[in-house]
Amino acid sequence: MSQTVFEPWNDPTAKPLIQFKNVTKRFGDFTAIDNQTFDIYEKEFFALLGPSGCGKTTMMRMLAGFEAPTEGMILLAGQDIAPIPPNKRAVNMMFQSYALFPHLSVWENIAFGLKRDNKSKDEIAARVAEMLKLTRLEKFAKRKPHQISGGQRQRVALARSLAKAPKLLLLDEPLGALDAKLRQDTQFELMDIQETTGTTFVIVTHDQEEAMTVASRVAVMDDGRIVQADTPARIYEMPNSVYVADFIGEVTIIRGTARRGDGAYEITFAEGQPTLFAESDTEFDNGQECHLAIRPEKVSITAQKPDDRRNALEGKILDIAYLGNLSTYHVELSSGQIVKAQTANTTRLSRRSFTWEDRVWLSWTDTAGILLKG
Amino acid sequence: MRRFALIALPYAWLLALFLVPFIIVLKISLSDIDLAIPPYTPTLDFSEGWAGIKAFFRGLDFENFVFLTTDDLYWKAYISSLKIALIATALTLLVGYPIAYGMANAPDHWRPTLMMLVILPFWTSFLIRVYSWMGILSTEGYLNQFLLGLGLISEPLTILNTPTAVYIGIVYTYLPFMILPIYSALERMDGSLLEAAEDLGCSRLKAFWLITVPLSKTGIIAGCFLVFIPTIGEFVIPSLLGGSQTLMIGKVLWEEFFNNRDWPVAGAVAVVLLLILIIPIVLFQRNEQKQRELEG
Amino acid sequence: MRRLTWFNVTSLSLGFAFLYLPMLILITYSFNSSKLVTVWAGFSTKWYGELLQNEAFLDAAWVTVQVAVVSSSIATVLGTMAALVLVRAGRFPGRTLFSGMVYAPLVMPEVITGLSLLLLFIGIGLDRGIFTIILAHTTFSMCFVSVVVSSRLVTFDDSLEEAALDLGCSSFQAFRLVTLPIIAPAVISGWLLAFTLSLDDLVIASFTAGPSSTTLPIKIWSAVRLGVSPEINALSTIMIAIVAVGVITASLITKRASLRQQADERAAVHA
Repeated sequence: MSQTVFEPWNDPTAKPLIQFKNVTKRFGDFTAIDNQTFDIYEKEFFALLGPSGCGKTTMMRMLAGFEAPTEGMILLAGQDIAPIPPNKRAVNMMFQSYALFPHLSVWENIAFGLKRDNKSKDEIAARVAEMLKLTRLEKFAKRKPHQISGGQRQRVALARSLAKAPKLLLLDEPLGALDAKLRQDTQFELMDIQETTGTTFVIVTHDQEEAMTVASRVAVMDDGRIVQADTPARIYEMPNSVYVADFIGEVTIIRGTARRGDGAYEITFAEGQPTLFAESDTEFDNGQECHLAIRPEKVSITAQKPDDRRNALEGKILDIAYLGNLSTYHVELSSGQIVKAQTANTTRLSRRSFTWEDRVWLSWTDTAGILLKG
Repeated sequence: MRRFALIALPYAWLLALFLVPFIIVLKISLSDIDLAIPPYTPTLDFSEGWAGIKAFFRGLDFENFVFLTTDDLYWKAYISSLKIALIATALTLLVGYPIAYGMANAPDHWRPTLMMLVILPFWTSFLIRVYSWMGILSTEGYLNQFLLGLGLISEPLTILNTPTAVYIGIVYTYLPFMILPIYSALERMDGSLLEAAEDLGCSRLKAFWLITVPLSKTGIIAGCFLVFIPTIGEFVIPSLLGGSQTLMIGKVLWEEFFNNRDWPVAGAVAVVLLLILIIPIVLFQRNEQKQRELEG
Repeated sequence: MRRLTWFNVTSLSLGFAFLYLPMLILITYSFNSSKLVTVWAGFSTKWYGELLQNEAFLDAAWVTVQVAVVSSSIATVLGTMAALVLVRAGRFPGRTLFSGMVYAPLVMPEVITGLSLLLLFIGIGLDRGIFTIILAHTTFSMCFVSVVVSSRLVTFDDSLEEAALDLGCSSFQAFRLVTLPIIAPAVISGWLLAFTLSLDDLVIASFTAGPSSTTLPIKIWSAVRLGVSPEINALSTIMIAIVAVGVITASLITKRASLRQQADERAAVHA
């Protein structure tokens, strides 16, 4: 069974393709990457996710060879890559701006890297044809970059960086320049291509939805550090910190103090509010500060107090964000705390049960929330 | 009405002071020399009506143009002007490109100053800039003093009054015209293109040849024409620095006019010079057009 | 990827040395006390003194300034009109000829421009003098002005003038109150360009000047043809100094204006 699931990071015998060992990068006084150690495995689709300035681009540029680590070592297939200049690395990069050569045709752009390897004409032609087919660009081979659409340009950039069959492909915000609809289609296309070619992809993005969709593992970065690197599902359901919980998706964070109870922690958070219950693997001392992170879709919203759940709070609807398929309710408790609850809109608008100013009950199970230290 | 005035005023001015004079030159180049003031035989006489017009056209001939081909001074001067302009343009490119490249790679806050330093000589008198080289290049000039002092040469070099001095003068005075278009092409270039080329396996030198040079092509072409076109008709530089050895058509025209007072021949020289210039001017226009299309 | 490598630093230093050394030498030797220009014999300002007493030079300088001020001012008006015609007037009969006439003088060899204008003045029996030089200079410099102004007009947002019309301006008022202030920097640099071109011109002035209207370049020309002279060095130094002061002041003023604008914008944000 373990063979059908792609989880080399859980396999102690798997050899990582990329190893960061205590890598630090400083620009003058500014520390862009702070002592990071982590591995990326072959055939992984690894996403570096974080706000701008968190160091994700620096990480990628060190892999490509445009920056050198100040301290520490980066290994590619067990070999230190520091002495290898970017033009000799078996690593290729897809640039955020695509960096397509404007004076060369689509065909020539894709052939550019192959020509540098002194391959024969036939080999080059065959490889370019293969790439054009892979990215469905056969019809545009003779066009110049300014004669094709944004989506097509993105595919040319991808084909060009894949043409040399790199061990590792770096993608710097590859979909940033596309509009929302096209971006979604392209995400699936990227995944298909990654799977077909079996290349290891490292993608840099600030778009959490994009990272969650395409990646096998997501590394959430903040201030030069990787806060959590895990599968999208675990990042979402089991964030290891308030930062990650808050950065990925919508969440309500309730700050309180924990007390060990029978099987679950009891959380008191505000005067006059009932105690909440949450199961947790993390150990808390009695009276220790804790944060309960709870996703809005795990919160039920009802008119009457439910009698099957221990976690139940009463409040007043402050805002309703209508998203079409879903509605998110912002409910204010008497303590001022706002809790978000989400419902699927399975019925038409006119028959919705709650509206502004309605008094409602919010409830969830003991396992729905995550108890975090900070 | 206002639009009419707006168009009419500059239009009339240019017609009267640009087109009409040019037509006069054309006409005189087709007339015969006459030792009078003005030194050419009179022209169209409307008072004689149709007969006068016919007489006028009968009076016109290509004698002066034929004369240009018989005396080898003229065609030698044309060839020599073209040759000097071509070599000087190539030299200016060689000197100007590295400067433009250095400017484009300089930190952002240096660039306005560097730009000003390139443009400043352009505002100072052309004549003075050419003149400043006379003292440097003469036999007892500063360059020879310097080289003799260093012991690099034992005899002073003869540079002034040779084509070499003309090349130096042209490169010096026209350098800003080469630097500015190349700089603006290089400055617009997206730096990630070079990173992409390196990422795909190019050495830096190779990336320069395959990416930077082709992408600055329009700037190079514009700069070359901006130097080449005015250099062909150049008069001041060959007169001050070239001496009697250097034959350039602008100088011949000047001498034909002021010294020999042969206006019809001078007119013919001017007309042929313009015909020669039309080709590079049209090519230059096309390059500009292409660039505008690429930008737009 | 901007990299200031040693290669860039070297080419910049050599390039600027090449551009500026000849002028620095010229300036230095204008303070030479020797009559022999290439032999340094000690510091002196005597050539400046002699220059100020040379009436022929002073007269020529006065003629040159008159010509430059008048011709560049007329050229600025005509050139701005031509630019408006080229950018905004749309189609009209003879447009191609018009734009041809605007651009042709830019590439026309000066010897031909000078020659053709001289023939015109003789043909219509106009006596040569300051007036003919002004006509000649206005003609070629208005073309330079129109290029400078039209490059600014091309990027001008037409909706600004439309807004002025919408708010009740006549089309002339809209031009005077909205367009002109915005394109003013281009118009001013056009004027400066025309002024310098006129100050600088030797060839066209030689053709169109009369015996009583010698300009400074003509005067310098006849002096330098005989070789290097300390008086011309002194004169050149004065001219270089005027230009340098002018250009540097202009750039400082623009810089200060942009700094003030930045400061104002910052203040506005914090207010």
